Amino acid sequence: MGFLDRLDKGLDPVGPDIMLGTVEDLLNWGRSKSDWYMHFGIACCAIEFMAVNAAHFDLMRFGAIPRASPRQADFIIISGTVTLKMAERIKRLYEQMAEPKYVFSMGSCANSGGPYWEHGYHVLKGVDRIIPVDVYVPGCPPRPEAFLEGMVQLQKKIRHQEIFRKREKMSPEDLKAIEDRKIEMEKQYQDYLADQKLKNQEIG
Amino acid sequence: MKSNEIFERLIAEFPEDIISLNEDENSESFIYVNPRNIVEIMLFLRDENDLFFDYLSCLSGVDSKENLTVVYNLYSIQLKHRITIKADIPKENPSIATVEKVWLTADWHEREAWDLIGIKFEGHHNLIRILNPYDWEGHPLQKDYKTPEYYHGMRVPV
Amino acid sequence: MAERKDIEIDFGRIEAQRTRLNLGPQHPSTHGVLRLEVELDGEIVTEVVPHIGYLHRCFEKYAENKTYPQVIPYIDRLDYITSMSNEIPYVLGIEKMMGIKVSEKVEAIRTILAELNRIASHQIAVATFGMDAGAFTPFLFFFRDRESILDIFEKLSGARLLYNYIRIGGLMNDLYPSFKNDVLDVINVIRKTNAEVMDLLIDNKIFIERTINIGVLPADVAISFGCSGPVLRGSGVPFDLRRDEPYLNYDKFDFEVCVGKGEMGTLGDSYDRNIVRYHEMEESCRIIEQALKILPDASEDVRSAMPKKVAPKGEIYAKAENPKGELGFYIVGDGKNKPARIKSRSACFVNLSALPAISQGSMIADLILILGSVDIVLGEVDR
Repeated sequence: MGFLDRLDKGLDPVGPDIMLGTVEDLLNWGRSKSDWYMHFGIACCAIEFMAVNAAHFDLMRFGAIPRASPRQADFIIISGTVTLKMAERIKRLYEQMAEPKYVFSMGSCANSGGPYWEHGYHVLKGVDRIIPVDVYVPGCPPRPEAFLEGMVQLQKKIRHQEIFRKREKMSPEDLKAIEDRKIEMEKQYQDYLADQKLKNQEIG
Repeated sequence: MKSNEIFERLIAEFPEDIISLNEDENSESFIYVNPRNIVEIMLFLRDENDLFFDYLSCLSGVDSKENLTVVYNLYSIQLKHRITIKADIPKENPSIATVEKVWLTADWHEREAWDLIGIKFEGHHNLIRILNPYDWEGHPLQKDYKTPEYYHGMRVPV
Repeated sequence: MAERKDIEIDFGRIEAQRTRLNLGPQHPSTHGVLRLEVELDGEIVTEVVPHIGYLHRCFEKYAENKTYPQVIPYIDRLDYITSMSNEIPYVLGIEKMMGIKVSEKVEAIRTILAELNRIASHQIAVATFGMDAGAFTPFLFFFRDRESILDIFEKLSGARLLYNYIRIGGLMNDLYPSFKNDVLDVINVIRKTNAEVMDLLIDNKIFIERTINIGVLPADVAISFGCSGPVLRGSGVPFDLRRDEPYLNYDKFDFEVCVGKGEMGTLGDSYDRNIVRYHEMEESCRIIEQALKILPDASEDVRSAMPKKVAPKGEIYAKAENPKGELGFYIVGDGKNKPARIKSRSACFVNLSALPAISQGSMIADLILILGSVDIVLGEVDR
């Protein structure tokens, strides 16, 4: 249930201008209503996505604003066939995005390879083979209305996400994986520093 | 100009290199030529005033099982006539001279034919893959091509 | 009086380092997944190397593994903005190989749909070209009107973007009753918007200054590069397959082949290519009006000439004037129900190959506009 919905539900015992809720609710409400997306198109679905963006369907009323840089984006729309040549770039773009991040798989090609499923020697059979996907929108290409429904589903997902105490509910294996990754990244960073130092010495 | 007139002109100029003319009602009329002198033939077709084929519509490679074929679809914007030139090359040594000096558009078409069919164009200034990744192996449109299992750790078949 | 000498001042030289810049494949202004490797001397572009293939969807492999009618949906997905027009050269080629004649009504419907699709494609081209130059309003205008064209297509075929409507020997189904009125309404709307866009964008001094004299493509170079469509006509070559090699029933209509005139800057610059597209929308409206007049009112079975078995033998190079240029299919049939080979000669692929030649020496900011004026769709470039 959304944060503002509580006004209508009469759950508010304090007064008309005071609303009770958790900080998590407030943050999730804010996050779900201003998702910025990574602005880039791949194939046919991108044309339908452009139609979603234009005046007739008007995606911006969902608070979604295009960003050209992955570092400023909340979610990425995979709008079309992912080829093997493109797959590595998409993975890199996804890794460049800041957490929390979401993936929107638009159309049959991104979901499963679509019409290029059988003989496509150069087509990745579903973008979920390289990055985790949050919302799948079916269709070839999906109608703009289908995309908007997917957008609502994404907002719903964000609204119900945990922000605090996420760690406590995690399984021990996942926590260990995170710790391992931290150690690995720290090691990589130290290696990088040592490398830079060596280079500076060479120049100096 | 009709295709048989073009054939007459060509056979008068290159008696040894022109092989045959195929004319069929519901099909493209094409001239088989010997790949040996392909550049001279193409220059002749482009530069003669009554032929004037200034426009290379399409250059395709075809794998016809026994050998590979290069197909040139020519058109003349000035005189509005068309002809198709075909040259068969053996599968063991699939190479033919490039026509990128004759028409600039042949550059990318030839790169595509190399990438997908595996025809080597001798003398091409930059014969590298164009559609597939640069480190791709094999030529996918050859009839005996097998899709690789993995590419850079990604599974390719279903 | 002192002796006069030539004054020589040594300003020194700024040693500029050549920079290699990577544009794409996810750059918002490369119109898809095109990657350009640009070498820069300061702000001047010294070399452009396009890397394509990021959307290589193995069309030609699929064409060899599907039956003739099953290939049509894949042809839709080549140039996904102009699906209706894409189907025409393929269908005409197969019909010629098999000796099928279609009725007058089918031909008229195909012409109308091709021209409607041409308008929709040019609307996107002019809109995104305006966006590249910094104008956002025409984009909204054109996409609003494009919806009304898509509505007609949707009523006909059930799909908004990829139709599979034009079939070998006929059409998917007959027209719906109010088709004529819908098309006439759309034409009125398009003409009104075009007049508005003329004031807003095309005739705008800022836009003109921004687009003239960049990306100049001389006529002989354009022909040698095999360019076609508005790119070739923008260079002043009046080459249009609709008039020079008439197919469908284009020879019955009176229309003008728009060419660039170099009225603002040099002949063959980005402005000329864009203005050709703009004027072609009006010519398309004229063709549609004439075609609606000869379109028979009586309903008929548009599937009557469709063959039960499609297995042509022979080979053909079928071509048609698509919005982007000449789309050709080199089809080889060996008497089986699947084609032996289909090579698609796509206009965007060939037009894009001229980009390195026309963008050398321009500014980096103009490179985006030059690319926008070539109007590529990566689905057709990579296939």
